[in-house]
Amino acid sequence: MKLSLTFAAAAALAAGSAFAAGGQRAALLDTLAAQAAKETPGFAGFSAERGRALYLGPHAGGKAETNACAACHTQTPTATGRHYKTGRDIPPMAVSATPKRFTDPAEVEKRFERDCPNVLGRACTAQEKGDFITYLSGQ
Amino acid sequence: MSLRPVRLHIATAVLLLATATAWADEMERVLPVAHAATQKECGECHMAYQPGLLPAASWNRVMDGLADHFGDKATLPDAVAADIRAYLTRNAGRGDGRLLRISEQRWWLHEHDFRADVWRRKEVGSKANCEACHRLAGQGDYDH
Repeated sequence: MKLSLTFAAAAALAAGSAFAAGGQRAALLDTLAAQAAKETPGFAGFSAERGRALYLGPHAGGKAETNACAACHTQTPTATGRHYKTGRDIPPMAVSATPKRFTDPAEVEKRFERDCPNVLGRACTAQEKGDFITYLSGQ
Repeated sequence: MSLRPVRLHIATAVLLLATATAWADEMERVLPVAHAATQKECGECHMAYQPGLLPAASWNRVMDGLADHFGDKATLPDAVAADIRAYLTRNAGRGDGRLLRISEQRWWLHEHDFRADVWRRKEVGSKANCEACHRLAGQGDYDH
């Protein structure tokens, strides 16, 4: 928990984003870590490496057109994504490129609630959510 | 006295012309979205379509079916969904309330009778992408 807080804050600073945004992201990661500790036996903190694998996929179980986060958000999280159906631009997922990413808990939960079923065919665990945010906080 | 009928004709012509112009504008322009939640939540994945593009019955069906929104999960917190539904239905337009898609409405088909390959162009991609051709569609301006 302390580690994730330190990591998120460091990543936010490295990205040059506002200190407040880093604080909000760290608080969100703390909440997720508390959930993950209850949900996942042997939970020992979030992993950017697992987050990267989750982001890049490909996954079975979701929709063929959206078999990875990268399907819309591209393989490069700092790049602008494109909605697979409507063509709408999606601001980069990387915190360095979009500093307000993962700062509003309601917004974050809304997106996971929609996109995990689209990509994985199921809801994400708290550990997956934390891994994902940890990975993109360092991008 | 003898001028009066002529004057009347001119006045009538001016009035008719003004009416016709207003009507033409009305055909190609709809009121822009003036509701922050609608602009934000709908506009994340596609252009936030103006409420006047569908009748209230269609908007109600769209908002009832966000769990499977044309194949994607697009659920919203209840309070936000209710707020957006109220805005859309209050400002709805006319059309066939049985149809969910704007691009299935008769007026739309009449205006978009193109070859199938037009829709497959990379920069278009989808009939949902109004702005590919109507650059100012996001502001309710479909003149261009």
